[in-house]
Amino acid sequence: MSEAAISESNSTLVDDWSADKQAYHVPWGKAMMWIFLVSDTFIFTCFLTSYLHVRLTTTEPWPLQSEIFALSFGGDPIPLILIAIMTFILITSSGTMALAVNFGYRKDKVKTFWFMVATAAFGASFVGMQAFEWSKLILEEGVRPWGNPFGAPQFGSIFFMITGFHGLHVTAGVIYLLTVAFKVKKGHYDKKGYEIVEIAGLYWHFVDLVWVFIFAFFYLL
Amino acid sequence: MSAEAGQQHPLGIYYKIWILLFVLSSFSYAVDFFEVQGGMRWALVLLFMVLKAGFIVAIFMHVVWERMALVLTILGPPVVLLLLIGLMSVEGFYISGTRVQYMGQDPNQVALTPSDLHGGGHGEEEEHAEEEAH
Repeated sequence: MSEAAISESNSTLVDDWSADKQAYHVPWGKAMMWIFLVSDTFIFTCFLTSYLHVRLTTTEPWPLQSEIFALSFGGDPIPLILIAIMTFILITSSGTMALAVNFGYRKDKVKTFWFMVATAAFGASFVGMQAFEWSKLILEEGVRPWGNPFGAPQFGSIFFMITGFHGLHVTAGVIYLLTVAFKVKKGHYDKKGYEIVEIAGLYWHFVDLVWVFIFAFFYLL
Repeated sequence: MSAEAGQQHPLGIYYKIWILLFVLSSFSYAVDFFEVQGGMRWALVLLFMVLKAGFIVAIFMHVVWERMALVLTILGPPVVLLLLIGLMSVEGFYISGTRVQYMGQDPNQVALTPSDLHGGGHGEEEEHAEEEAH
């Protein structure tokens, strides 16, 4: 290529990327959150696909989730009950988050603050139950990432990797929600607008969405 | 509705979807509780999963009200993941088959359960729990 041609292609490149164009008619923070969530979708799908693969390939029996995650309240153990409670808690928190977003756009600071705090509290209790579930599995049942007394050793590694990564997301979400909630209360968004509540909400609903798939594939099937 | 005005919708739709998500989750749990097995279990669990995921994305995450450019950016790329899932399941079945065929592994072993390991009866489990509590 001649020097002139190179300089021309450089200038068209600059023109294309610096032109006054906008593809997404949403606040930039929301577009970036969506792009992050799409990439996170890929991460979680890779985890779930690796789970699919080890579960298909192992000829050792897969442990029975329904029995392992049963919990007894004095009487006979109820199958999968803790996971069901965790699922309902996360859905409840998704509902309170949706209300927080709605009240944010109505500029009702008090309600937005309290619904976000409630969402974070539900999230924190979810993480608490997960900690209980983990300690029960590690201490009482002897499940390890490299083996367990029930069957296929991959059960432990997949369980700790997927629920651990999801729990990390919930924990980060609780911190994120509380940060935004207190900024709402202080009036940081009175001038900027309340899109940030919706953006935080997107993240939170995504965490709930991932749990829908984990609940179905890891615990139910 | 212009995107600049933000996503503001009547509260009623959130309450409806919220209740629906509870109902669908209960159905999912009922599949396990009533021990539905085999193809029916897969069909029901996947159906409730897809419905729940769809309502969360469409309504709670407002995708149904977004402009097409953003919707395609969100929903387009993950479609290729279906290819990954398809390839990995074909590969998985193949590897499993070779392990059974050439390495003589038994595909019909039965997993142990916590009650097998802790001595069977529920009574013993409770005693065990009491001992630990003391």
